[in-house]
Amino acid sequence: MSDSAHPAVHPAPTTFIRKWVFSTDHKIIGIQYYFLALVAVFTGLALSVLMRLRLAWPAESWPWLEKIFPVGFEGGVMSPEFYLAMLTMHGTIMVFFVLTTAPQGGFGNYFLPIQIGAHDMAFPVLNMLSFWVTFLSMGVMFAAFFVAGGAPISGWTAYAPLSALGEVAGPGLGSGQDLWIISIALFCVASLLGALNFITTVLNMRTKGMSLMKMPLTVWTWFTTAILALLSFPVLLAAGILLLLDRLGGTSFFIPAGLVVSDTVIENSGGSPILWQHLFWFFGHPEVYIAILPGMGVASQLLSTFARKPIFGYHAMVVAIFAIGMLGFFVWGHHMFVSGLSPFSALVFSILTLAIGVPSAIKTFNWLGTLWGGKIRFTTAMLFAIGFVSLFVSGGITGLFLGQTSVDVQLHDTYFPVAHFHMIMGVAAIFGIFGATYYWFPKMFGRMLHEGLGKLHFWLTFIGVNAIFIPMHLMGIMGQLRRYAESTEFKFMEPLQPYQEFVTFAAFVTAAAQLLFLVNFVWGMFKGKKATENPWEATTLEWITASPPPHDNFGGRELVVNHGAYEYGVPDAPRDYVMQTDPPIARTSHRDAG
Amino acid sequence: MPVAIAPPEVKPQTGREDRVPASGGPGGGSGSDGGPGRRGDGGGRRLGPDSYQLGMWLALASISMMFIGFSSAYILGQGTNSQWRAMAAPPYVWVNTVILLASSLTLELARRAGAATEVKRWMTLTCVLGAAFLAGQLWVWGLLADQGIYLSGNPHSSFFYLLTGVHAVHLLGGVAALVYLTARAWISAARVPAGTSLNVTAIYWHFMDGLWIYLMVLLFFWR
Amino acid sequence: MALALAILIWAIVLASVVLFTGEFGWFPPQVSEHGDAMDAQFNLTLIVVAIGFILAQVALGYYVWRYRDRSGARAVYTHGNAKVEVATVLITAVTFVTLAIIGQRVWIDLHLEDMPEDAVQVEVTAQQFAWNFRYPGPDGKFGKTVTRLINDQLNPVGLDSRDPASNDDVVTLNRMAVPVNRDIRLTLRSKDVTHSFFVPALRFKQDTTPGLAVPGHFKALKTGEYEIACAELCGLQHYKMKGFLMVMSDQEFEAWLKERAEF
Repeated sequence: MSDSAHPAVHPAPTTFIRKWVFSTDHKIIGIQYYFLALVAVFTGLALSVLMRLRLAWPAESWPWLEKIFPVGFEGGVMSPEFYLAMLTMHGTIMVFFVLTTAPQGGFGNYFLPIQIGAHDMAFPVLNMLSFWVTFLSMGVMFAAFFVAGGAPISGWTAYAPLSALGEVAGPGLGSGQDLWIISIALFCVASLLGALNFITTVLNMRTKGMSLMKMPLTVWTWFTTAILALLSFPVLLAAGILLLLDRLGGTSFFIPAGLVVSDTVIENSGGSPILWQHLFWFFGHPEVYIAILPGMGVASQLLSTFARKPIFGYHAMVVAIFAIGMLGFFVWGHHMFVSGLSPFSALVFSILTLAIGVPSAIKTFNWLGTLWGGKIRFTTAMLFAIGFVSLFVSGGITGLFLGQTSVDVQLHDTYFPVAHFHMIMGVAAIFGIFGATYYWFPKMFGRMLHEGLGKLHFWLTFIGVNAIFIPMHLMGIMGQLRRYAESTEFKFMEPLQPYQEFVTFAAFVTAAAQLLFLVNFVWGMFKGKKATENPWEATTLEWITASPPPHDNFGGRELVVNHGAYEYGVPDAPRDYVMQTDPPIARTSHRDAG
Repeated sequence: MPVAIAPPEVKPQTGREDRVPASGGPGGGSGSDGGPGRRGDGGGRRLGPDSYQLGMWLALASISMMFIGFSSAYILGQGTNSQWRAMAAPPYVWVNTVILLASSLTLELARRAGAATEVKRWMTLTCVLGAAFLAGQLWVWGLLADQGIYLSGNPHSSFFYLLTGVHAVHLLGGVAALVYLTARAWISAARVPAGTSLNVTAIYWHFMDGLWIYLMVLLFFWR
Repeated sequence: MALALAILIWAIVLASVVLFTGEFGWFPPQVSEHGDAMDAQFNLTLIVVAIGFILAQVALGYYVWRYRDRSGARAVYTHGNAKVEVATVLITAVTFVTLAIIGQRVWIDLHLEDMPEDAVQVEVTAQQFAWNFRYPGPDGKFGKTVTRLINDQLNPVGLDSRDPASNDDVVTLNRMAVPVNRDIRLTLRSKDVTHSFFVPALRFKQDTTPGLAVPGHFKALKTGEYEIACAELCGLQHYKMKGFLMVMSDQEFEAWLKERAEF
């Protein structure tokens, strides 16, 4: 092949199966991931609504729910094992199949190649495989609901030995827990395949002129996220293999000697429960950034686009993204301050943890800097980006409490950390996903979403999540412990019941608001206004091609990139934005106001 | 030259990170036409190593992290587990080690051989050695089981089975890739592997070889 | 739209400030020696966090309103300002690291200080879903325990009666008495899965990890009865795993222990 000809990517598929099911087109795979996440997020949401129901009215009988869940609601009242199963599955589904899948597998797959001017991922077949393994993984996870004993009750962190001992330790810890581990192991494999594909694509597939420092920040975050996934998921895979062997192979990696469970002596010897925590959190903390980093990229992209200004401090943003990602590998111990970790290492983990506040502050500062002096257009996507910044501040800053050893002691395992991580890696990341959806939907489906409905969705959701999670911090301070099926057993939690009811009410409103999104999404796909090539007057490469893009993304064009990713408001340009492929501008008088 | 870059076929032999590009095209390894590795920044500057090789190195980084996870568990267990009884290395593992080292050598000879017949010969020998190693491992496990040393025995034997087992699963992927390349070469003279596909397989194979040495040191010489 | 969003963001700030300064609930009253220092560190952090939170959110709201799209010139064309970036790095780095270092003082007191010789020893053994407490008795030594002897009703921690040091050990279920104003040295264990020994009033929380004997210590300054909760998910009745800490005078404590020993 010659250098000038565009490489003929795999030819466009003709059969339905190759086009929509076993497709190697990164755009189809991205949409497949997105729909998978959509199914997962509404499942996870439903589980959280059920949990909120029990927390607010623990003794209340719900006969109609008994009809749907005859086992979990025996006699109309939700059993504590059902509550814990909901809790485990809510966490697992949300963390793995929503927060890891939608931003990276969904939008990353769809837009990373387009934004760097590539025709597909470096390894399209691998990409397809990665999706189908994820799909299988989700199937196995959902199967855990239906096996004897039900879903596991050990939480999404599956702390050993509770998760290692089997049914003797509680319901759901038999085959339900096995399926959980197998599902997670499959998910690890799928993520690894995806990650090495993303990294190779970014390094090797950029079009002419797309230097690293001209890449959109979204690409930087997907790239960094892929590195995190590549290095952290194998450790979780290792932990999963060890745990499965403990359960099925009779080994004792996590089960110490001399355990007596319900008066039954366990014949294992000498394993270490702390080992599970180390391995799990070595994965688990980078996972937090895997969930939130793409959201940061999307927020940057959206704020710049709709403030009609270049991103403030592009280089600092890139450095901050990398710093957050890399520091994320050295702070896992802050999840273990009260685990019996050596007090010295706790000190080191604590200081490193607070150090992450520095790049996070830079990012916040630069987002504000991007708004400063702008001409803000309030699209729904922009509202969600602004909401992201607000939630990122609210959710991130409370990490200053939890990162300190002595403050964490009292707050550990209360609702305070629950509020903290829901705010930051849950809701803020979801706002990133919503922002991305409203922004890129026209490109992905060729039609616009309804802006009015979208804005209503934003207002209700933004108010709702704040109403849920800000009071939850206070509940944590008052001592409400997490993973409690009810808070009626303890006197110090008695004053908390009104708060539980308030939060449940707020959760219902928020959950209902998501139906607006669903309606908008389905309506948009079939009835939405036809989208133009570049409805937002944006600069990055996805906006120079048709909506939706042709099979090879750019219709055979070979692109040359001349400009940075966020050239808005350029003084000498004919329009207020300069697309990355626009010809170079004769710069006469403009000076950089910075 | 093939007219187009074939879709990088990927064979998931083991359900792990192993992957082998199957149709890199003859002579497509180095130079300016290596697969979909493309150009950036004007001037025809190549932006990095060939995509397949890069992908392989990334896969190996990932596999390394998994074994680092296992190793940290091993070292922690060795330090804290009261039930730890070190088992002696079954002598046959050293024979296996020699077989594996020899297979790396023959693979390297295949890679450097000029004539197609020689490439095919060395490749075939590599396949045989790889298979012999796996068979040898099965035999070692059987031998240990006969002596009453099981996976669930004491922590050290658990780790022996675990580490050699996970290694064997990875090696099985490598053998499958080698067999595939070799069989293809015998069937069609035009498809004697060279360049990318062979290079990438060789990187993987040598890495598995090095990993084996590391595991033996960890299991039987560490401390 | 711009104004509405700005007002909403400010309203969230206002609501948060009201919620965290008003009479809406706070930590349970604390009775331990190191609790004041921990609460003080929380309050110090709260001030730093509040400043950062209010500044960022108010600025966000203001910019959203101030820089809404009005007809006219283009947006300011700037790519940033290196000096301001560096200043941000320095200010936040110094603030956060200082905070982290100050916060370690209490931690060091708690974990790295030597215990006085005369500390009262109590061994906590958690199990699904109860707390066992063991006192060494007059000899000051914990006797030997054997896993096989464990029986939830008759011998919950598996005391070995052949060891003379075990015979005077006192074991109680779910009720732990300690003398006021004395150093208490805890050894925390678990029989089955990981639990966490949490006494809100003491600002004390420590996981009980099976296979480990984790040390801990506290000094209670006020008599009374306080609740003990399990803070680490341990199974079905996690939310019911309740114990009581009874802080009493020295005499009462001795009497209490004696009564249990005779029993």
